[in-house]
Amino acid sequence: MLTYAIKRIALAVLILFVVMLAMYGMVFLVPGDPASVALGPRATPALKAMLTERMGLDQPVAVQIWRFFANAAQGDLGIDVWSKRPVLDQILEAFPQTLLLGTVALAWALTLGITLGVLAVVYRGTFIDRALGLISVSFISVPSFVVAIYLLLIFAVWLQWLPAIGAGKSGDIPSQIKALILPSLAVGIGWVGYLARMVRASMLEIMAANHIRTARAFGLPERKVVTRYALRLAIVPTISVIAVGLGSILSSAVFVETVFSRPGIGTLITGAVFKRNYPVVMGTVLVTTAFYLLVITCADLLIAKLDPRVRDALAR
Amino acid sequence: MTDPLLEIDALSIAYHTDHGRLSALRGASLIARAGEVIGIVGESGCGKSTLAASVINLLPAAAEVTNGAVRYKGQDILSLHPEAQRALRGQDIAMIFQDPMTAFNPVLTMGAQLVDFQHAAQIPRAEKLARARTLLARVGMPDPDLTLRRYPHQLSGGMRQRVAIAAALLMNPTILVADEPTTALDVTMEAQIIHLLRDLRRDYQGAILVITHHLGVVAELCDRVYVMYAGEVVEEALVDDLFHAPLHPYTSALIACDPGHFEQATPILPTIPGRLPDLRNPPIGCSFAPRCPIASEICATPPPRMQISLTQSALCHKAGGRP
Repeated sequence: MLTYAIKRIALAVLILFVVMLAMYGMVFLVPGDPASVALGPRATPALKAMLTERMGLDQPVAVQIWRFFANAAQGDLGIDVWSKRPVLDQILEAFPQTLLLGTVALAWALTLGITLGVLAVVYRGTFIDRALGLISVSFISVPSFVVAIYLLLIFAVWLQWLPAIGAGKSGDIPSQIKALILPSLAVGIGWVGYLARMVRASMLEIMAANHIRTARAFGLPERKVVTRYALRLAIVPTISVIAVGLGSILSSAVFVETVFSRPGIGTLITGAVFKRNYPVVMGTVLVTTAFYLLVITCADLLIAKLDPRVRDALAR
Repeated sequence: MTDPLLEIDALSIAYHTDHGRLSALRGASLIARAGEVIGIVGESGCGKSTLAASVINLLPAAAEVTNGAVRYKGQDILSLHPEAQRALRGQDIAMIFQDPMTAFNPVLTMGAQLVDFQHAAQIPRAEKLARARTLLARVGMPDPDLTLRRYPHQLSGGMRQRVAIAAALLMNPTILVADEPTTALDVTMEAQIIHLLRDLRRDYQGAILVITHHLGVVAELCDRVYVMYAGEVVEEALVDDLFHAPLHPYTSALIACDPGHFEQATPILPTIPGRLPDLRNPPIGCSFAPRCPIASEICATPPPRMQISLTQSALCHKAGGRP
């Protein structure tokens, strides 16, 4: 188990390194010299040279990459060339907002998704099961930014129940909650459908298994059969799906934060890309990738903890 | 004779499938008394597992009981309230299932499951564990304490079947139903499990039902045998009579096909020609007639139950050599 944990963490670090290399590659593949794009067509050559130097773009690529990793390892992600503030501070400001959005979206997905999935199993084969199937597949198929725009139109523009943009006034919790409802729903709704299908499939499979029949043959109460014997097993594949899902929730946050003009990692990264603000782009990608890898690694370790068969397969 | 512990009376069960209604059991009757070991034999699809599942009413949702009753100590189980049925399961009537690989929950330890199976006993957990330990030792597990900490996949097939037998005996049930207890095991394991079951029957007070397609298991273990074909009990006999003087042509054919009775190598293994009748439209006459070497016109009419002695009967026009 410990060797497995170490292996997983080493793998995560390696992935992070490769992702950052790829990011550097992309920065140099995008057409246009960052300094001229950033300063606009009327910039003087002297100004451009100054900005290029400040961004560190006058150095050879290998030196740039080395500096980036060396600094990042010490917790220094560089200075924003525009605001002159440390990149790390900006990320630490924005990240909790995105994390809150993602967590609430995931909470929607878990509560609605598992409930709908279990309902479909309870009423399997009936009209309710088929209707839930249709709803789930529709939820999966519609991209989050489309959902976001329609939610905005219906609840903010027509009905005017909820605010259209922003994150609410700071210190005013009810207004922050109200501002969170629509964006989190936009991010989470695809996952509601996905989890509902997932939970339905794995519960159906497990409820038909021989060991469930054994538990019933020993007269265990049905509630105990479902919770202790079936759900404990059905939750295992769901965990890895949720972990991977958090990654896609982070990326749909990029769209949704833009649509709802919420502060967060998504807004930070889009703004930085448009302004070719490379230190911010690199720093944000580094932090989100690291976070995502952390979640996936934790999920793998949790699965190994929950399923003794996985644990033993790893020990071999 | 003593009153029967278990009495299955003219039980008919149908399955609702996508291709129509399938009559899996057609008027099957059986009795089991205390101390008896009953064998139920027949080929795949003859309804023997349906019969086993009906004893504790663990039939799949698609099954429907169309006629008959299952009486335990004179009380009709199938018409009992579901909670009352549940109270019998594992306590009065226990099952040993066919496939030990999948019979236990893979994410709970054997100890946790053996304790759960004693849920009806009002005793502390430590006592339940102690009881599980005693029974594991009884079924020949070398290290009961270690077994309790093991997960199912950490035990071999034969070991798991031993644990399954121990589990079935936990609550000291009056009826033990073993559904193909050795089918999933290799030959040496099979011999060990049969040996264990023979050993257990000596001090077991209740009735044991052994469902199998293996005549060797019947010969080794059982007192009386019910032979099933196409959802019907075609012959009932004491085990000696069955092997030495079978009444029904199907029984004779089964014995002729059993590889166990050959003493010399044969180039071809005999088989019964033809296949099971379509149970969506069971025949009106004898269901074995199309495959029967001695069938004649009369076999197109429903066969009578010929009782040739107190203990032996067959569902056949020609039972006992009548023309």
